[in-house]
Amino acid sequence: MEQVAFVRKEIVKESPPPATEVGIVGWLRANLFSSVLNSVLTVLSVLGIAYALFQFVPWIVMSSWTANSLDECRQAIHLAYGEDVTGACWAVIRERYLQMLFGFYPQHLYWRPVLVFLLLFVGIAPILVPAVPSRLLWFSAIYPFLAYWLLWGGTLWLIISIIAGFVIGYVLMTELSKRIEMLGAMLTAVAGTLVWWLFLCGPAAALLHGVVPIGIEAVESARFGGFMLSTTIGVVGIGSSLPIGILLALGRKSDLLIIKAICVGFIEFIRGVPLITLLFVASTLLNIFMPPGTNFDLILRVVIMVTLFSSAYIAEVIRGGLAGLSRGQYEAADALGLDYWKSMRLIILPQALKISIPGIVSTFIGLFKDTTLVSIIGLLDPLGLTNAIRADAAWNGVIWELYCFVGLLFFVCCFAMSRYSMYLERRLQTGHR
Amino acid sequence: MQDAALDVAPIATPAPPSDEVAIEITDMNKWYGTFHVLREINLTVYSGERIVICGPSGSGKSTLIRCINRLEEHQKGTIIVEGTELSSDLKNIDRIRSDVGMCFQHFNLFPHLTILENCTLAPIWVRKVPRHEAEETAMHFLAKVKIPEQASKYPGQLSGGQQQRVAIARSLCMRPRIMLFDEPTSALDPEMIKEVLDTMIELAEEGMTMLCVTHEMGFARQVANRVIFMDEGQIVEQNEPEEFFKNPKNDRTKLFLSQILGH
Repeated sequence: MEQVAFVRKEIVKESPPPATEVGIVGWLRANLFSSVLNSVLTVLSVLGIAYALFQFVPWIVMSSWTANSLDECRQAIHLAYGEDVTGACWAVIRERYLQMLFGFYPQHLYWRPVLVFLLLFVGIAPILVPAVPSRLLWFSAIYPFLAYWLLWGGTLWLIISIIAGFVIGYVLMTELSKRIEMLGAMLTAVAGTLVWWLFLCGPAAALLHGVVPIGIEAVESARFGGFMLSTTIGVVGIGSSLPIGILLALGRKSDLLIIKAICVGFIEFIRGVPLITLLFVASTLLNIFMPPGTNFDLILRVVIMVTLFSSAYIAEVIRGGLAGLSRGQYEAADALGLDYWKSMRLIILPQALKISIPGIVSTFIGLFKDTTLVSIIGLLDPLGLTNAIRADAAWNGVIWELYCFVGLLFFVCCFAMSRYSMYLERRLQTGHR
Repeated sequence: MQDAALDVAPIATPAPPSDEVAIEITDMNKWYGTFHVLREINLTVYSGERIVICGPSGSGKSTLIRCINRLEEHQKGTIIVEGTELSSDLKNIDRIRSDVGMCFQHFNLFPHLTILENCTLAPIWVRKVPRHEAEETAMHFLAKVKIPEQASKYPGQLSGGQQQRVAIARSLCMRPRIMLFDEPTSALDPEMIKEVLDTMIELAEEGMTMLCVTHEMGFARQVANRVIFMDEGQIVEQNEPEEFFKNPKNDRTKLFLSQILGH
């Protein structure tokens, strides 16, 4: 029998790995040529990608940027590259890109949506980037109102009285919560605010405007269109569906039976109905339920529907995140004496939202792309505008170029969101859960 | 440093428990659905007492201490903690909970916050202590559990023993009058049990009222004034540690002790 006892006398030193395992060679071996099958697949994929590029790139490059109609375009391409060449007619984009971006927004007021778009980054910076001082949050708070005023114009008093609605809600909330229970105070505050907005806000603004007129040129919703419309609906939908979704998710996990039932019913109903149906409801049916004579803006109605739609999905995504937390986290928060809202805000939600980031961002991206559905109810989003452009005799027959442009715009935005979510996941990584 | 705490004499001068009642449990019963987990529990804990609760798994010992800060609700009988009866009134629950510290088997630190933030969160948000003051307190208690240098790390970067000590420090930052320990060492590697027990022993020496569910019998012998043995949701036997270990009266207790001390 061999000897069992063994005592190590010197420590084995660290040594570098074999040369074939590191550097470019190692990487290629590990990732592209690790087996025969893998090598074959690598070669086939490279050939496939190359073939697709050879088909597509010439179409993009051998193109015309200067023509004034599709026919001119084709002639120019034939002249330049030969008779049997088909190339892209980017001239249509050059001629119509402003319309694709702004719809029928008055040309001399283009600076307003552009300013709103630029300010958007200032508004979201303190929320999204930790390096930006949080003192800028006040701007994030007023940004929605500023953006609304700049886009639609009109009297500043309307904006002020809309903000007054929040003040009313806040005052009701703080005053009532001293006297009655939290939940009751909250519901009353919400109800009070809604009453103000629906019935009193408009008249109050009109009255004040009569006394001291402050305002800029109004632009009606019918002139909104293009990518600006998509971004408006998308950004408002994204911004408001997250908080609503969080409340719905918490409501669905609530011990209060009624709240729970309402939340479950809402989520299941919205998820069970196609978005298009909701948009049709927004564009036609909703007027029936409104008091006669109310002029309820179509874009606002669409925004509300899109928001409700995605908030139901967000709620379910966040519920998944909440379920991913151990019960110990809730217990530890309770045991320290944190009340429900504090433990949610400080302990539970930061973790649940972190887990849900990929799902939330997917929902946001989906929402943003779904804004193109509004073309069905007659709003001129970029896709709706492609039809309008083709209706022009000069550009009848242009298809790919327009869709490529629209696709590019959406891709840039969606890709940016996706990258941001990956950055956020990395940033919030704190060891294991 | 004393050895792994088995067969050690009781700590030199155990602070005599006062006559002041910290917790008074009278005829308390609890059911999970139809399952009767806690039956007719009567227990009076005086300030400064150190009680170790042991018993087989499923005997209701964790449930008992979780009733004391109302992580579990009891259905019958009364529990009075520091003069306040536990009821469904939310306001007094949060107050009781901030006065009663608790350490869990799995530490339950908040993984998205640093060690320091874990310790300052409750003082700042519940006690409304100014941030810098909360941080000073936190550093004081982190130094006490001997890990001040870890303050800016995240829980995931610490070992189990360190995490449990942070959990103790986190509870202490609320300046609790009672500490509950729910099997604080049973999820730890053997090498780390001692560092946590040492921290708890130090706490006991300072006269903290402690209820501790644990199977560390050496710890029980060394610091407890009273050992309680539970089985099937009832308190089966309680006694001073010397007597409890030398002379168990109940057959169930004898069996349990022979099982855990037998090898």
